[in-house]
Amino acid sequence: MSADQLVPLQASRRTVELTIDGDPVRVPEGTTILDACRSKGTDIPTLCYLKTLHPVNVCRVCVVEVEGSRVLVPSCSRAVEPAMVVTTGSDRVRHSRKMVLEFLASSVDLSATPDVEAWLTSYAARPERYGPAAPPVAAGERDSLPTGHHPPPSTTHAATVGQPVKVDNELYVRDYGKCILCYKCVEACGTDFQNTFAIAVAGRGFDARISTEFAVELPKSACVYCGNCIAVCPTGALMFKSEFDHRQAGTWKEAEQTVTATICPYCGVGCTLELHVQDNEIVKVSSPLDHEVTSGNLCIKGRFGWRYVQNRKAADNPRTS
Amino acid sequence: MDLHLLDAKPTAEEREALDALLGKPLSGWEGGVRGARDTRTAAGGHASRERRHLLLPALHAVQSRVGWISEGALNHIAERLTVPPADVYGVATFYALLSLSPRPRRVLHVCDDIGCRCRGAEQLCAELERTVGPPYHGPTGSRHEIPSDGAVWLRSPCLGLCDQAPAALLSIAGAPPVERLFGSVSAPAASRTLGGDLGATTLARPVPPQHGDPTLRLLRRIGVADPKSLDDFRAHGGYTSLRRAFELGPEGVIREVTEAKLLGRGGAAFPTGRKWDAVARQPVRPHYLVCNADESEPGTFKDRVLMEGDPFAVIEAMTIGAYATGCEKGFIYLRGEYPLAHERLENAIRIARARGLLGDNIMGQGFRFDIEIRKGGGAYICGEETAIFNSIEGFRGEPRNKPPYPVQSGLFAKPTLVNNVETLANVLEILRIGGEAYARIGTAGSTGTRLFCLCGCVMRPGVYEVPFGATLRQLLDLAGGVGPGHTLRSVLLGGAAGVFVRPDEFDMPLTFEGVRAAQATLGSGVIMAFDESIDLLDILRRIAAFFRDESCGQCVPCRVGTVRQEEALHRICSKQTRGSPAEEAALLDEIGLAMKDASICGLGQTAYSAVESALKRLRVLEGVVAQ
Repeated sequence: MSADQLVPLQASRRTVELTIDGDPVRVPEGTTILDACRSKGTDIPTLCYLKTLHPVNVCRVCVVEVEGSRVLVPSCSRAVEPAMVVTTGSDRVRHSRKMVLEFLASSVDLSATPDVEAWLTSYAARPERYGPAAPPVAAGERDSLPTGHHPPPSTTHAATVGQPVKVDNELYVRDYGKCILCYKCVEACGTDFQNTFAIAVAGRGFDARISTEFAVELPKSACVYCGNCIAVCPTGALMFKSEFDHRQAGTWKEAEQTVTATICPYCGVGCTLELHVQDNEIVKVSSPLDHEVTSGNLCIKGRFGWRYVQNRKAADNPRTS
Repeated sequence: MDLHLLDAKPTAEEREALDALLGKPLSGWEGGVRGARDTRTAAGGHASRERRHLLLPALHAVQSRVGWISEGALNHIAERLTVPPADVYGVATFYALLSLSPRPRRVLHVCDDIGCRCRGAEQLCAELERTVGPPYHGPTGSRHEIPSDGAVWLRSPCLGLCDQAPAALLSIAGAPPVERLFGSVSAPAASRTLGGDLGATTLARPVPPQHGDPTLRLLRRIGVADPKSLDDFRAHGGYTSLRRAFELGPEGVIREVTEAKLLGRGGAAFPTGRKWDAVARQPVRPHYLVCNADESEPGTFKDRVLMEGDPFAVIEAMTIGAYATGCEKGFIYLRGEYPLAHERLENAIRIARARGLLGDNIMGQGFRFDIEIRKGGGAYICGEETAIFNSIEGFRGEPRNKPPYPVQSGLFAKPTLVNNVETLANVLEILRIGGEAYARIGTAGSTGTRLFCLCGCVMRPGVYEVPFGATLRQLLDLAGGVGPGHTLRSVLLGGAAGVFVRPDEFDMPLTFEGVRAAQATLGSGVIMAFDESIDLLDILRRIAAFFRDESCGQCVPCRVGTVRQEEALHRICSKQTRGSPAEEAALLDEIGLAMKDASICGLGQTAYSAVESALKRLRVLEGVVAQ
């Protein structure tokens, strides 16, 4: 049998025609509204969405208006339907996006979230109107809040999730004052990738937080330090210790960093690594999301096992002498 | 699954509590004694993962036996059910009735929600604070020593006993545990109850105010037939509707329900016949039936009255629903704060099983169906029709995104019929008199009768049954109004997720179409009256606090929006507004619109409803000045 006689096993997908902002769009069946919008060049902000994870549609910043729907619809997870009429920039949509951005910016430290500054400006969000941010609480306080009870709110300050950074191991830190509760780390640690289940969402409502069992430190938990949660975190709440230390010292210079692609030397899988280098020093390691082997995931060795490269003293590293 | 556990071990008592629910562990893999055999057998796979749905019952087992869930107990639950401990912790911390920090065995949950607030709940709490001490929220600082014979109290959201406000729920952990929901609580009685005197507070359940009225349909057996006796139920017409269902066949039953034009009573008013038909047609098997008895809307107690007073009716109606839609298994998801309803339903199920009315061959018709009760853990959100599935399956009770809808993919991802208790109760009546006759009751758009929960400042609070079409004023009159010397200022219709209406709107007919025209809602049938003595801003603040507490935290508009809403109301109440009160009102409106438009589920979508109506219909901010 020659190659041109081969019949593809997968049935060709049907296409669906819909209208987005007045323009007819034709996309394959099963496409999400978000992808359909992006295919025609309409960008929609997203925070909890990542193409490699199951959409949880919790941040609601990607909402759009769909004709016939009483409420707005999360574009990241809703599949297109024939003759759907989608509006992405109506006042109603812009209002909800603005409020979501205000809610997050007024309660969470978004200083390490890419793009958010531009969104806040373009949606005219004013997070300061809820009052000055409440000071961070003491370490551990948010980990033991009673479910279903809360003290009366402050009349002067806006409640936040501010709290000290959790530094309990040498590899990565957890700065939950930056956590928008997008569920990505839980998904990556759980059924989407790693199946380690070291973390889950605990508590309820505004007191909900990412936690190990009884909020024990990571070394006591089931964590295997694959760092796949860091790779999916959109706000810098999970961060390499090396990056954290540089940021603390004021020496983090992202613009000056170079990224070198290489292959992980540890085993035969051959994961692609991207070494982020600053001043001739590896400061963090990632893997491309669209890489067919890793989908952005690595193990502890590929993610963190590069310290030996930095050992430049000839005496420590005889092969270079 | 290879679980990573903490070092803590369960106590003998905690093990016993779990063994009583799950049986002895079969191997070392499940937390039993590790033997030589364990090293040569494989454990895991589907069989071990399929037990996750026992998670909430397991947590309840330890909580009700010991009074709190320790690290060792949580570890052991994880081991027994093969669920990662972080997941167990995430689920356990979702529920307000479960404690993950040391707590005495005796706890009194005192309702301070809007209904009880009208009847002195705040004064009761203040008195308790003075005599017993502040509400207990776990050990603070280094104080980890809890006297096990000690007793503490907590504030609680609505306990569904608004007709006997103020209400309290006592729970004493032990074997067996004691749980009692009682009303008309006074501070001295509460103190004595905390001290162990169970006789100090009345457990009486008053008969419904309309007791004896021959026109009653849903309530006709309550206070008349013995709720513990199947024979008495049958003597009062019980199980004739199921017999009729078998004559009609499944399609015939759905036809009658459709002809009756029954609309769901849970709040969304979806046509029941259409829902049943959709489930019946699903080719995927099995189908599940879930009776939503997680009645937690502040001010609502009708389902409690039905379950406590006529439990066999719930069982019979579920059996009919299961027969019509092809379900073999049904769950009653009962809110955790209803111990008497739990006891009566359990008794009814036991008797029905013994008498062949549940089981493999119901009434000799070859139809198989059984019911299991699942107790909620103190989470309003679990009454949401998809959150209820997550809760039963052993996950956090977070609502799912729709579509897919429950009729396509519900409990355990199978087609599922979810109906409220009151909706199901109507089915008995439909089969008793026929769909056509039923459709003639009420109005064209709202057929049948409706239960209303009259509470707040009315003379005769209670559940009232009227045919659709009665006006709000007629209902208020039935309940005796606010009484001499008082003026009725407003009514909260539909519960905390409902709307306030003014006295000049009281002639609105309480039908689905009537309230829709008035931009109001029937919700769960709450009619809470407020007289001149009630500070409505305080009520609004409590409603806002309720939604902040009960938000599951999944989506941003609701998780943060409910906080910002409460903050703004708090600033208004304490006269510390940012800008003028009008500016605060405008801010509330912006917050509310985003919650309504962009939240995942009905909780967030309605969290601003009552506040909005108070601002716009009652103009509560007039007279509030900035400082």
